[in-house]
Amino acid sequence: MSVTRPEKSKLYYRKMPATWWLQKQSYFLFMLREFSSLFIALFLLVYLVEIYQLTKGPDAYAAFIHKLSSPGWIFFHVVVLLFALYHSFTWFQSSAVVLPVRLGEHLVPRQTVTALHIVAWAVISLVVLILFLTLKG
Amino acid sequence: MTMEKTTEPIWWGLFSAGGVVAAFLVPIHIILVGFALPLGWISDSGALYRIWWVKLYLFILIVLPLYHWGHRHYFTLNHMGLKPISKLLAVLCYGGAIFGTVVTVWVLLKI
Repeated sequence: MSVTRPEKSKLYYRKMPATWWLQKQSYFLFMLREFSSLFIALFLLVYLVEIYQLTKGPDAYAAFIHKLSSPGWIFFHVVVLLFALYHSFTWFQSSAVVLPVRLGEHLVPRQTVTALHIVAWAVISLVVLILFLTLKG
Repeated sequence: MTMEKTTEPIWWGLFSAGGVVAAFLVPIHIILVGFALPLGWISDSGALYRIWWVKLYLFILIVLPLYHWGHRHYFTLNHMGLKPISKLLAVLCYGGAIFGTVVTVWVLLKI
């Protein structure tokens, strides 16, 4: 325990109602951003289940893909995609704050750093898409 | 307390790496798995998942965002008034991510 920092129990924490994040739009958006990680994890589990079907044969794999075409699953993936995009954009914005880019003496504006992240993201997504289309059987 | 202090950088590192993976790689996979394949825009036999470096890629793609979720959700739930069961949340969140890692490795080795 460092000398400069008091023990946690000695710090004062203001009691907050459990619904504090509903009181202000910015708090609500913060909570949505936090929950994006849950939706992304849920999607990856669905993806893992899809890949698992391959152990049961090509028919099981095809049947699972067909199952995902139901309106309920499409709705699920629309919601997941919106959360994922929200995560991507807020992550690129915060990366620009956390990792400021310098060019010589000058600090590259945050918006530029975020924009560069978005360009990199588009390129990476395109590469994944091309690889998938090339390798798929 | 000592335990929390020493392991924090590891969890934060995994959280951060998972955040990067989720931000850059996950959306295109949602489009492929959630829309392109089920709606028949493209077809796939799943043969590519048997390539060793694709498996390695999938490991990174699936596992790192699970730690991102675990670390982030642990604090979210604490902030939503569940602080009294903080220890249980830690077990569920970080344990969930570790369990997910084991399951992912198992699936990827089995296909």
